[in-house]
Amino acid sequence: MSMIRTRGIALVQSGNWFPGKTVLKSNIRNLVLATVLLMAGAWPALAASEADYKAAFAAAEAAQKQADGLRNKWTTTEAQLAAAKKAAGAGDFDAATTAAREAEALAKASIFQATSEKERWKDMEIR
Amino acid sequence: MHVRTILASAAAALATAVLACVAASAIAAPDRPDPVADAKAFQNFFAKKFPKVKYEDFVNGPYSMNEDLHRQWEEKEQFPPYEFALEAGKEMFATPFKNGKTYADCFPNKGIGIRQNYPTFDEKEGKVITLELALNRCREANGEAPYSYVKDEMAALTAYMAFTSRGNKMDIKIPNDPRALAAYENGKRYFYTRRGQLNFSCATCHVQSPGERIRAEILAPALGIMNAMPIYRSEWSSMGTTSRRFMTCNSQTRAVPLEPQSDEYRDVEYFLSYVANGLPISGPGARP
Repeated sequence: MSMIRTRGIALVQSGNWFPGKTVLKSNIRNLVLATVLLMAGAWPALAASEADYKAAFAAAEAAQKQADGLRNKWTTTEAQLAAAKKAAGAGDFDAATTAAREAEALAKASIFQATSEKERWKDMEIR
Repeated sequence: MHVRTILASAAAALATAVLACVAASAIAAPDRPDPVADAKAFQNFFAKKFPKVKYEDFVNGPYSMNEDLHRQWEEKEQFPPYEFALEAGKEMFATPFKNGKTYADCFPNKGIGIRQNYPTFDEKEGKVITLELALNRCREANGEAPYSYVKDEMAALTAYMAFTSRGNKMDIKIPNDPRALAAYENGKRYFYTRRGQLNFSCATCHVQSPGERIRAEILAPALGIMNAMPIYRSEWSSMGTTSRRFMTCNSQTRAVPLEPQSDEYRDVEYFLSYVANGLPISGPGARP
């Protein structure tokens, strides 16, 4: 592996580095790719719609319901669900969607925890 | 010759079967619930971890953890913050219900000096019955509305009942009933299971870290933790029941608390009380 610095962008190439036409082409291709990626990242995100929020909230609620079935809900998931509802109520669907997605991620983490602890608790037991 | 061969084969098969059974039981043994062995291991663990702590002192929670704290506890006990609850509980306990009966009619020995026997396992119902639950059932059976499991009235009543039992050794029974053993095991599982966003189990604080600080709090050892219930917590500026303690513990780990007197809470109280068998009742207690 070798690293080339092109206008401040670090590009990593695999294999040996041989100066020549192939390397130059590869450098240009990488530079274009990096520029496109940078532009895509810098482009303002499209505003979330009510439909986006509703889909994200439904997914979060479904995950939280599963966590509830495992008797392992987290307060932070509840807080994000409440924040999503509040933001949606105020018409801020960007914030509402972000909060709903955060809630879904937290609920999924709580499901993972409950599932992995089904046997792992025994490791802590005093014997 | 033929008979000999058959006999030899049968003997070999029998020996193999016996060996297989022995091996299977040896493998299965660690997972078979053994409350007696658990209690012994639990008590030994704390005795070894804190060799300077007088064994009976574990019931004083964080105040047992070092000399300074113990002195604080002694001073606190001169004007205990739970005194008001104790007096209120005594009065409530003696006040007849509308039908003329009292709490004393619902309990063995008229409810005096019996704290050490709770929780108990009800073989008819097949479930663990805590003192808080028994008190509310007593109220309901006598036409009274149940009290909140986390508020002052319940704490006051249990404070009085604990006070009349001070010094009695915890004496929790697990009857020869698979449901009782399952409830005990469920309580044990709850105690050791990590939950909440902080990924803490009850044992994380009360087995791994007693005596250590978690922010401003000094963590209590799990051994004897039930013997001091209910407690006045300075943090709450009020009395709290066992239900309240479990629920706030859950919240502190960012887990949504279960409903008071849910099976899990009843079972974990059963487990923690059982492993403290032999330690004296010290409730009501006071905690930082």
